[in-house]
This record gives sequence, C-alpha cells and structure tokens, in this order.
Amino acid sequence: MRYLVQLLSVLLIIVTLGTAHADELVIYSGRSKSLVAPIIKQFEKETGIKVKVRYGNTAQLAVALLEEQSKSPADLFWAQDAGALGAINKEGLFNALPESILSKVPQHFRNSGGGWVATSGRARVIAYAPERVKPETLPDSIFELTEPKWKGRVGWAPQNASFQAFVTGLRRLKGEQKTEEWLRGMKANGAKSYPKNTPIIQALASGEIDLGLPNHYYLFRFKKGDSKFPVEQAFFKPGDPGNLVNVAGIGLLKTSSHSQAAHAFIEFLLSAKAQQFFVSEVFEYPVTDEVIPNVKLLPLDELLKLMPKLDLEALDDLEGTLKLLRKAEIL
Amino acid sequence: MNLSQALLQLRRLPAYRQSVRLSAGRWYFLLPTVAVGVGVVLPLVYLLVRAFEAEGANLVEIVFRLKNLRLLGNTALLVVGVVVLDTLLAVPLAWLTSCTPLKGGRFFTLMGVLPLAIPSYVMAYVLLSLGGNNGAFAHLFGTSIPRLGGYWGALIALSLYTFPYLFLNLRAALFSVDPALEESARSLGCRPWEVFYRVVIPQLRPAFTAGGLLVGLHVLGDFGVVSLMRYETFSYALYVQYIAAFDRVYAAWLALMLLILAGGLLYTEARLLRGLRLDRAGSGVGVRSPNAYSPVSLGIWRGAAYLFLAILALVSVVIPIVTVSLWMVKGMDISHLTDLFNALSSALLASAPAAVLSACFALPLAYMGVRYPSPFSRLMERVAYIGYATPPLAFALSLIFFALWATPQLYQTVWVLIYAYTLHFLAEAIGPVRSSLYHASPRLEEAARGLGYSALTAFFKATFPLLIRGLTVSVAFVFLASMKELPMTFLLSPPGYETLATNVWSYTEEAMFAEAAPYALTLLLFSALFVWVLLIQERSRDASLA
Repeated sequence: MRYLVQLLSVLLIIVTLGTAHADELVIYSGRSKSLVAPIIKQFEKETGIKVKVRYGNTAQLAVALLEEQSKSPADLFWAQDAGALGAINKEGLFNALPESILSKVPQHFRNSGGGWVATSGRARVIAYAPERVKPETLPDSIFELTEPKWKGRVGWAPQNASFQAFVTGLRRLKGEQKTEEWLRGMKANGAKSYPKNTPIIQALASGEIDLGLPNHYYLFRFKKGDSKFPVEQAFFKPGDPGNLVNVAGIGLLKTSSHSQAAHAFIEFLLSAKAQQFFVSEVFEYPVTDEVIPNVKLLPLDELLKLMPKLDLEALDDLEGTLKLLRKAEIL
Repeated sequence: MNLSQALLQLRRLPAYRQSVRLSAGRWYFLLPTVAVGVGVVLPLVYLLVRAFEAEGANLVEIVFRLKNLRLLGNTALLVVGVVVLDTLLAVPLAWLTSCTPLKGGRFFTLMGVLPLAIPSYVMAYVLLSLGGNNGAFAHLFGTSIPRLGGYWGALIALSLYTFPYLFLNLRAALFSVDPALEESARSLGCRPWEVFYRVVIPQLRPAFTAGGLLVGLHVLGDFGVVSLMRYETFSYALYVQYIAAFDRVYAAWLALMLLILAGGLLYTEARLLRGLRLDRAGSGVGVRSPNAYSPVSLGIWRGAAYLFLAILALVSVVIPIVTVSLWMVKGMDISHLTDLFNALSSALLASAPAAVLSACFALPLAYMGVRYPSPFSRLMERVAYIGYATPPLAFALSLIFFALWATPQLYQTVWVLIYAYTLHFLAEAIGPVRSSLYHASPRLEEAARGLGYSALTAFFKATFPLLIRGLTVSVAFVFLASMKELPMTFLLSPPGYETLATNVWSYTEEAMFAEAAPYALTLLLFSALFVWVLLIQERSRDASLA
C-alpha cells in the first residue's frame, strides 16, 4: 500500500508546482507576513539567498514542528514569543547557535543553552481610555487592579500567549500563591476576557472597558490609521511584573541542511539595519543597541530599568501557568 | 435505535455491502467510497494515537473537568439558537427568491450567498465595530448603540454567516419540488399559506436537515466568532489546548469529544430522514423558475417582503463590505497589487480543483445513500460529515503525520492541500446533491435503461440533468469554504504559498485593518463573481428547458 501511494506521489510530483527547492532557506514564521516580509525581501536582495516562508500562527507552527520532528523541511523557526521557542527547545529540535551570533545580544535576550536568540522585544503595558481614566489615577502596579475601584473595568486576554508569558513571569517573581490570589482577585473583580490584544484595544475605544493589559505595539497601529483614536498606554512603576518584556526570537532546527545560510539570516536580523526596521516600522524594541530610538518608544536602557528583573528562561514553564489558570477557573 | 440494535445492524453490514456491490459495486462507486473512507479514518486514527499518549491525572484535570460540561451546555444553546435563527432567515429568503414573482430574485440570491465569502472572524470584527462609543454607528449618527457580545453577539454573527448553507440547500430543493403538487393542493381549496405549510415544507425536509447539519457542525467547530464575542463554547477548550499549550495529546481528547457531539447531530439528522421518498413521476410537470412559473402572488405583503430582503442584504453583506472599505480608506496602499494577484491565484489553484473534486465525490456517495439505502451506504454518507466535524487543525496535523509517513515527496505540495480541502469540505457538497436526488425519480433511469442505454449513460441522460442545480451549489459551497480556509492552509501549503484569506488573517492579527481590507474585498468580489456566473448559467439552462 505504502509503495503504491509513493509511486502515485512520484507521478504527481512531476507536475507539482510551487514546492521548495533544495537550495532555498525555509523559514517557519509565527511572525506575521505583515511585520517581516519587507526585511526578508531585503535579506534576499543583499545576500542572493532564496528564502521560502511559511507564515502561520506561532503556536500552530510549533505544534506542526512537533509533529514533523526529524522530517521537517524547515531550517528556521521564527516565533512570536519565548514560550513557543521554549517548547521546541525542550523537545530538542534546535541546534545550538554559534557564540558569534549569541554574543550580539545582551545575555537577557538569548537562551542559555544557545538554542535560540531574541530578534526584538515586546513589552506589556497598561492601556487606558483617557476619556474615562485620568493618567494620574492609573494604578502603579497590577496588584491595584483587584481594588473595588476597577471593578468590571479591566480587560485581559487569558488565552493569549503573551498574557500567559506574563503570568509565568508573575509566578517566578511573586510565587504561586500570590499569583493565584491575584488571578482570583481579578476574576472576582469582573475582569473581562478577550481572545487577544487587538480586541482589548477596540473594547477600550468603544467604552466596554476602561483599562486593558495588552502588548505595547498594537496601539501604534490603531493610531497610524486614526491619530485621534481614544486610547493611550503607560507602564506600571519600575520593576512591576506588569511591565514584563517578552521577545520574538529565532532558532535553527536540527533538520536544517542550510546552516550557513540560516546563520547568515539570523545575523542579518540582528544587524543594525534589521533592528532599525523593527523599531521604526513594527514599533518593537531592539535587542541590540545600535539603533536610533523611535520617538514613540522608550530608549532600550530606560525600558531595561522599567522591566522586572527576570530571566526569559523562566518563561518556559507554560504548563504550570496553564494549570494555575485552570485552577483559578480562568481558562 | 438503541445500542443492541446498532450492533445488530453492524453485524449485518457485510451482507449489505455485498448487496451494494452487486448493484452498485462499480469503480465509480468504489473509488469515492474508499477515498472518503480512508480520508476520514486517517484523522480519527491520528487522534486516537495521540489520545492514548495521555496520562490519567492530567486527563481528569484537562478533559473531564466540570467546566467542560458547562461549555457543552453553552455550545448546545448556541447550536439550537443559530439553527432557529437561520431557519427564520433562510426559509422566507428561499421561498421569496424561488417561488414568488418578486423582482431582483437573482440579486437577492447572490446576497444570500455572499456571507459565505466573508471569513467568520471578519464578520465578528465588523459587527463589533458597529457599536460602542467609537463605533461606526456612533460616528455616523452621533449616538451609540450597545456593542454586541456574549451569547447574542455570537448568535447574530454566526447566524449571519451560516444562513446561506440553509438557504442554498432549501433553494435547490424548492426548485426540484414539483410545482404541480402545489397546483393540485390549490385546486383542492388550500389557501396559499396552507399550500406552503402542508405541501412545500414537508418536501423540504432533506434540504432542511442537510443545511441545518452544516450549520450545526459549523457552530460546534467555530472558534473565531465565539472568542471575539467572548462566549465560551466547547471549541474554546480545544483551541486553548492546541494554541496555548502546544499540546496534541489532551487536545486530541477534546477533538474526539467534539466528534461525539457531531455524531449526535448526525444521528438526529438520520432519524429525521428515515424512510423519505419525494420523487415525482417525470422530471416534473412544471419547471420552476421565477419567470416561467410564478404561481404565488404576494398581494399586500409585497412591501414587507422587499423590506425583509433589503434588511437581510444590508446587514449580512452591505454593512460588512462598507465597513471593510472604510478600513481601507484609513490607510490605502496600492503598492501591494502584485501580492494581491499572487494571493488570488494561489487561492484559486487549490480551491477550484478541490471544489470540483468534492462535487465529483459527493455525487456517487449521495447517489448510493438515496438509491441503495443500506446501513453501509448511509454510513458512508455520514462518514463525510465526520471529516467535516473534525477540527481543521486536527485534520491538518493528521495529514502532516500521515503524509510524512507515506508520501514525504508530496508533503507540503499543493496536492496535500487540495486533498485536505476536498475531503474536509465534502460534507458541504453532499447535501445539495442529495436533496436534488430525492426529487429525481428512479423510474426515469429505469426507462432509459429499458431503452437500451448502459447504466452510466442512463444516469447521465436521465438523472444528471436534474442534479445540475444541486451540484452547482455543491461546487459553490466547497469553493467558497476553501477560499477562506485558514488552519489547514497554514499547515499544509508549500512554504511561500499565501492565499487571500491568510493575508486577511495575517494583517487583522496585527491590527493592520487597512492593509487587510484589499485582500478581504478581493475575496468578496471574486466570490461574488463566481457565484454570479453560476446563477447566470442557471438562468440560461432554465430558459433552454422552458
């Protein structure tokens, strides 16, 4: 049976269109095409290396990689959050990156085993509707959000990977018990669940909620189309878990047969040109310090002061976080 | 049917299979049957393989938790609500556009199909953006309406984009109901509404159950709409497991539970269709078409009918198109025209063959189910629905699993994608063919055979012409569904392959609505064009028949 199917497939393949060729670099990108296509094009132009990208949802691609295991056609996995990179790394599907690449970023922005390296940073913020919340009355810490004052006024996204990474961080910073108390407190205080960040911003604008806990860059995209868009955002006080900085990052898969080209691609992403692109066009934080800061963003060293002191490695215990979210009846 | 009866039937199965093989055991029945059987069994095998990797303690915590029971309740409520609301929308729409002399019937038919071209989450975004302080309504009229959300939000959004399934099934069936029956009823003194209630409605049963089943399965599997509307259903638990936890084991359990739910719907449908025969003596005395045969005059209800059609078109098609166009105005950038063209052509490359293949598979399956009713043929027909009810993400993962094992050469080629579309959406294609088949008399074919034609020729000469309208709908369903499909496209397509739908998703995901708009509008426009061509063909055929 199997051979029959194979014979058939060989016949089909003769007329097949659009397959990846052996000399192409294949990237599984959990980062949207809308964010990274221009920089990939630039890489192709400068190096002459052909790149084929499979775009998708970070989590779905991670699951697909787990399914493909040693038969994956992919060379690189470029993910939207550290959790997914951790899941792939735990499974042993990444090859360690050379020191020459790893040393380009601060220690904070890479896997200690060298499995993956961050390509840009994304901060958690507090977004608010200035029509209903004065900036000076904003909470200093996420722990104030459980106060009666904010009852029914806060939106969050418990199903979203970046929120879950934040909860993982919270567990590491404050311990299981305090995290669970906070989660239960939020729930009791009528926090409204949204599936992801974009609907949180929209709900803020529409008056459904007054505060929200999204990633920092979505608001800029709304403001780009509508400068009067009625939502603003801020950080909590320095060191608060609510200011967690997560990353998008990339790792080289063991299945890759183009490690040289793959290394070239990662180096390109960490080059000043690509980092500048992430900062200026995508509104993300750089992971190297060779860029001109975006006026809408904080300079990297100020962000480093604001964010809680936490190793990104600590964010890979997703399982424990999901367990806790289930226990608190939030998932 | 209780369990022991079911077992008894199963035991009888080989005998039935033999009887089917005797009368229908030709390649044109066997090939699709085997293909569909394999296609549907693969994902099931995959899910079982994964499910058995589970550990007991986690199973209790993730799968058999109390919350899932509550989610099941929520799901059931939503399924019932959407089917009811869809019926209220689709029955009048189908009747008005096919049995009454209202002007613009074809236009309103098109309007009744187009919601299928709108990705569900886009529909949800559109409806959400109407209400609230910053909503479109507030901007236009200065006063805000409440924002949709929760049960009612999910109900409205899902109904607005699933009612076409019911509508098109009903419409195909209405055209195959013999109008002479209605005339007889009228001549016997029935009032128009009595004719409709006592003669027409009972004949629409197969169409109604087929459409209702598709709607129900859609609601079961939907995640995009319910999550945006913040209404938690069972698929929510499933997606949290796949998406948030990168977990294939417990997600497989949840997927299997979802399939059991789907099985419940299938069983209900089978019960509703038991022993049904609706065929007429000839190919019908009258050919129903709004022009050739228009028996029902609406009288004073004309105005109300137009109002209903206009409001439905406004809410389900015009508002989404206008809203999406407004996104575009906010930041138009036409430098992506070549991208747009590439996305359109790759979408067509997989969707068009899948649509045709699905119809080709659906025909023999439906034919066996209607003409050689046996537990086996009914099972095969139902099996297609199991494929449909398998969550697309699980379906895609199973194909990765098996394609890498058996045909690594084909992995990540367009062929796997076409295969996935064809088998996953096959169920959408079966309903319309089946309901037309119920109305095509076997006598015609027998007569043709009596005239010396071979079985196959007899079928194509006598029965096939009566099925074309149903088949057209089948092709349209699968085409539109494949065009906007996401999870399987993402996981099975060749690297570098992008469709209109993946672009819409990619941009909306990053809150870049302006950039998403041209792709969404192209998707809509192209789908509209496609459906329009089908409708025009219909008219020219009607003209030639009349």
